[in-house]
Amino acid sequence: MAGLILEARGLDVLLGDYQVLWDARLAVAEGEMVALLGPNGAGKSTLLNTVSGLLRPRAGAISFRGEPIAGLPAHRIVARGLAHVLERRRLFPYLTVEQNLRLGAYPAAARAGREAQLARVKALFPVLEARGSQLARTLSGGEQQMVALARGLMAQPRLLMIDEPFLGLAPRVVAELAEAIRRINGEGVTIVFIEQNVELALSLATRGYVLESGRVALDGRSADLLRSPEVRRIFLGG
Amino acid sequence: MGLVYALIAAGLSLIFGLMEVVNFAHGEFLMLAMYVAFFAWSLARLDPLASLPLAALALAALGWATYHGVIRRVLGGPMLAQIFATFGLGIFLRSGAQFLWGVDFRTVKEPLLAGRLSVGGVFVGLPQLAASALALGAFVGLYLFLSRSETGLALQATAQDRQAAALMGIDTDRMFALGWAIGSACVGVAGGLLAMFFYIFPEVGGPFALLAYVAVALGGFGNVPATLLAGVLVGLTEVFAGLVIAPAMKYAVVFLLYLAVVLWRPQGLFGRF
Ligand SMILES: Nc1ncnc2c1ncn2[C@@H]1O[C@H](COP(=O)(O)OP(=O)(O)OP(=O)(O)O)[C@@H](O)[C@H]1O
Ligand SMILES: [Mg+2]
Repeated sequence: MAGLILEARGLDVLLGDYQVLWDARLAVAEGEMVALLGPNGAGKSTLLNTVSGLLRPRAGAISFRGEPIAGLPAHRIVARGLAHVLERRRLFPYLTVEQNLRLGAYPAAARAGREAQLARVKALFPVLEARGSQLARTLSGGEQQMVALARGLMAQPRLLMIDEPFLGLAPRVVAELAEAIRRINGEGVTIVFIEQNVELALSLATRGYVLESGRVALDGRSADLLRSPEVRRIFLGG
Repeated sequence: MGLVYALIAAGLSLIFGLMEVVNFAHGEFLMLAMYVAFFAWSLARLDPLASLPLAALALAALGWATYHGVIRRVLGGPMLAQIFATFGLGIFLRSGAQFLWGVDFRTVKEPLLAGRLSVGGVFVGLPQLAASALALGAFVGLYLFLSRSETGLALQATAQDRQAAALMGIDTDRMFALGWAIGSACVGVAGGLLAMFFYIFPEVGGPFALLAYVAVALGGFGNVPATLLAGVLVGLTEVFAGLVIAPAMKYAVVFLLYLAVVLWRPQGLFGRF
C-alpha cells in the first residue's frame, strides 16, 4: 500500500516456549506519530523488538519502505533507516556521552553525515554539549533518556521507534521530552512510541494501537480511542 | 615478566569482558604460539623477535576459528557446556602437541638477544628486558585500539550491551569473532616473546595461564587496563616471594594474594573500568 513506511502482519512471537504475540499487526504511514498502548506485559516491547530484528517472529511478515525485513539481523535493519530506542534507555554505561552518540552513527551511510547530525542533536538537547565527556552512567534519568533519543537520531533514521521514553521521569522532564519528540516528528521522522499513560500517549500521537495479552485489541485515531469504552475497559479494568 | 603476564591476561580479560566466556584453553594457545616461534627458528632460522608478527597472526587465526568452530555453537547453551568446550579444546591441543612434537623440552638456541645487563647492581637478562618492553608496547597498542578506534569502541559497546550495540548497526557476531582473534593475538605475541628465553614443551602453558587467571581476577574480569597493573603486581609478587621467602614458595604466595583479594574484593582490585 502506498504511503506506508512500516507494515507488520500476522506476527506470532515466542520467548522461549512462551508465546507472547498472537497475530499482531502494526501499520504506520510516512510522517505519522503512532502510540503503542497496553497494560504491563501486553507485548508492546516484544512487538518493537521483533520489528527491529532483535527477535525473530515464528510467523508473519514485516516490510519497511516496501521491502521485507523479517528475519534480517538487527544491524542490517538499522542501516536501512529504522532506529529503535530500547526500554530503560540502555546507554553504554562505561562510555562517554559523546562516544555513545557517535556510535549511533555507526552504519556506513550515517557515518558520512555524523558531524552535522551531532550538531543537530546537540541543538535539540543543549544539555548534551556540557555532558559530552561524562560517562553515560553518571547522568540523571532524564538526561540519559535525551542521550538515548539523540543516539537513535544519529543513525539519521526515517522511522524512530521509542520504548517508554517517559518512564520514571518528572513531569517537567516529560513535557520537555514530549516537545522534543514533536519537533523530531515535525522534521519528517516517522515515530512509533510506547507509553502506558493513555492521555499522554494520545495527546502526542495522531493514532494509536492498543495491545492486550499479546493481541491487537483495537487501533484508531487518537480522538476516537480516547472516547472508546473498550479502551476504558482495558486500562481501568472497568 | 609481570608485563608478559599482563599481556596474556589482557587476552583472557578481553574475551571474558566481551562475552563472559572464560577461555580455559588460554595456556595451550600460549604453548602453540611458542611452538610457532620455535619452528620459525628451527625450520627457517627466524629469530623469535622476527617471527613475532607470524605468531600473532597464527594465533589470531586460531582465535577466530575457535569462535566460529566451537564457541558459537555453545553460546546459547548452559554455562557448563561453555566451560567444557574450551577446557576440552585445551586438552585436545595439549595432547595433539605431545603426539606431534613429543614431550621434549626445546629451546631457541643462539637468540638474537642474549646475555645480561646490570641495572643498578641487579642483573636483568637482555631477552627478558626486551620482552617486557615489547609486551608493554603491545599492551599500549591494544589499549589505544580499544579506546580510540571506531572498531575498538564498537567492541566495548558490544561488551557493555549486546542488544543496544546491534541496534547501533554493529554486527555483534563479527565483534565476538574479532575479540577472539585479538585476545588470542595477545597470547601470540606473549608466546613469541617467551620463546626467546623459556623452554618450550606441551605443558608449558599451564602455570602461565594460572597466573593470567589470577591477574584477570585481581584486575576485575573484563577490565583490560587494570589487568596491566594486576599482571605487574603478580610478576612483582612472584619475584619478591622467590627472593625473600623461597623460590619454591613463589606460586603459593601469588595464590595467597589472589585468595585475599577474592575474599576481600570479589569484583577485583579496580572493579569495572
Ligand atoms: N525473557 C523472557 N522470557 C519469557 N517471557 C518473557 C521474557 N521477557 C518478557 N516475557 C513475558 O512476555 C510478555 C510480554 O513482555 P513485553 O516486555 O513485550 O511486555 P510490555 O507490553 O512491553 O510490558 P511493559 O509495559 O511491562 O514493558 C510478558 O508477559 C512477560 O512476562
Ligand atoms: Mg515493555
